[in-house]
Amino acid sequence: MTGFLAQRLLQYILTLIAGSFAVFVATEFSPGTVSSKILGPYAVQSQVDSLSARLRLDDPLIERYGRWLTTLAGLTDNPMAAKEVGLGLSDPRGTRYVGNLGFSLMLKEPVIDVLADRIGYTILLTVCSIALIVPIAFGIGVWCGLKAGSLLDRVLSTLMAVLTALPEFAFAVGLTLVFVIWLGWLPGTSMMLPGDKWGMVSQLVMPTAVLVVASATYVARIVRASVVETRKRPFVRAAELKGLPPRVVVVQHVLRNALIAPVTVILLQVNWLLTGVVVVESIFAYPGVGSLLLQAALFGDIYLVQALTLMALTVAVGTQFLGDLCYMALDPRIRVA
Amino acid sequence: MLRGVGERPLAATGATILLLWACIALAAPWIAPYDPLALDFSGAINHAPSAKHWLGTDSLGRDLLSRIIFGARTLFAVVPLAVGSAFVVGIALGAIAAYSGGLIDQVVSRASDVMLAFPALIIYVILLTSLGPSLINIVIAVTLAYAPGVGRLARGQVLAIKELDYVKAAQARGDHPLSIIVFEILPNARGPLVVDLSLRAGYTVILTGTLGFLGLGLPPPTPDWGAMVVENTQLLSSHWHMAVVPCLAIVSVVVACNFLADGLRD
Repeated sequence: MTGFLAQRLLQYILTLIAGSFAVFVATEFSPGTVSSKILGPYAVQSQVDSLSARLRLDDPLIERYGRWLTTLAGLTDNPMAAKEVGLGLSDPRGTRYVGNLGFSLMLKEPVIDVLADRIGYTILLTVCSIALIVPIAFGIGVWCGLKAGSLLDRVLSTLMAVLTALPEFAFAVGLTLVFVIWLGWLPGTSMMLPGDKWGMVSQLVMPTAVLVVASATYVARIVRASVVETRKRPFVRAAELKGLPPRVVVVQHVLRNALIAPVTVILLQVNWLLTGVVVVESIFAYPGVGSLLLQAALFGDIYLVQALTLMALTVAVGTQFLGDLCYMALDPRIRVA
Repeated sequence: MLRGVGERPLAATGATILLLWACIALAAPWIAPYDPLALDFSGAINHAPSAKHWLGTDSLGRDLLSRIIFGARTLFAVVPLAVGSAFVVGIALGAIAAYSGGLIDQVVSRASDVMLAFPALIIYVILLTSLGPSLINIVIAVTLAYAPGVGRLARGQVLAIKELDYVKAAQARGDHPLSIIVFEILPNARGPLVVDLSLRAGYTVILTGTLGFLGLGLPPPTPDWGAMVVENTQLLSSHWHMAVVPCLAIVSVVVACNFLADGLRD
């Protein structure tokens, strides 16, 4: 079992290294682009060349990647803030520290500070959404799965199938129309500024609601399918035939086994909420990492884009590993595989 | 497989809606009342529906109905090209990896794992902002994002089928491996791939709308449903139909694709 875990862990670390290299290649593909992005569109060629020389941007890609990794680990200096480079950037921590991801060119701040400002809002939105998605999805999914074929199940299943097919921005437009414009109950933007006339809680409602509707309908469908599938298995029939009360059959035999597939899906939702909420955050101007990624990418803020992508990759690999652990806890057979 | 569509009401509904939109896209120049790019400033800007402009005009005075009709063209150009290219690349990689096995299989599978670890939207945002939004770049980005998943599905299918007797017979006959893959294996692996295709087509419709919404779709004057939603959300308080109609158009296509997928799977 520890062997299996160690093997998985090694595989994930390799994925992380290969993935971070892919990110690096995608953002710093050709030499020269990095310094012209740093200096902006009005820089003269000689300025670009001199910056490239100072930051050693003409080195081969693999060397630059190695330097990027060692700078991140706090082993080498990041030369960008040096006075003779003349970019006017400064970092109170100095040039060498663990977690040194360079500077955001858009915000003129160390990337690590920018991330620290935004990540809390993303976690807040993720926690609020998951706290609603899990009970709603399991409530509807288990109920429909146990009453599969009844009229209400068919109505709810069709409704969920249609809702799953809706794009997030369509939900956002619909909910904004009803709750912001027609009823006037909620604010249309959620910038989370303390002085806003709407309180923090009411600013959270709209983004959370869109994410919950978009995600809970999908998870509920998976839960329902899993419950229906499990109820057909021979051991459930055996439990019923030996005369166990229906409640015991459902709780101890059906639910525990039907839980395994949805756990992965829930973890995928966590992964998506922590890294991929670009649309909802942008619509409501919510200050999380999703809207930041879009702004950074549109600006050409390469160091910030690299950091955000690396973070997304780490979250993705982390949730996969967590999924493996949950699987092992729920289904002992997997430990052998 | 297609014969079964007629007997399943859900799949038939989906297919009918898609066919209808395809006809609208093809016949767009003849059925649209106006040029989708023409600006009509006769009198005040007319957001409200009227006899002249059935769905009103947007803030630049362009006829919304004509833009919806031409928007179908944009969608029916982007989605089949992007999904088609992703499936050709994905199936080729997956089939070759599974058939040859060994080192090639290892390399392709590990590379797919790495690609699949990225959230898809991040791939689109990074690629489309660095390459610039255009039809060919959207196709490239979708191919990169989908091919690993399609390849994994194709690989599983080919692995199971390549052990069957008729494949062994073709190998004994001395057929070229490529001809065995294309003529013996793939026709028998098509079931799950077709279902995956219709699901991904539906998802790509959402994606095309989302990219348009984020400003990463086809560049501006092109009529694009997602971009139309974002252009018209500022009119939500006075003329809400301007943003809701393009939303409904997108939703109808996505729901149709999902109905078709459900019907084909049963």
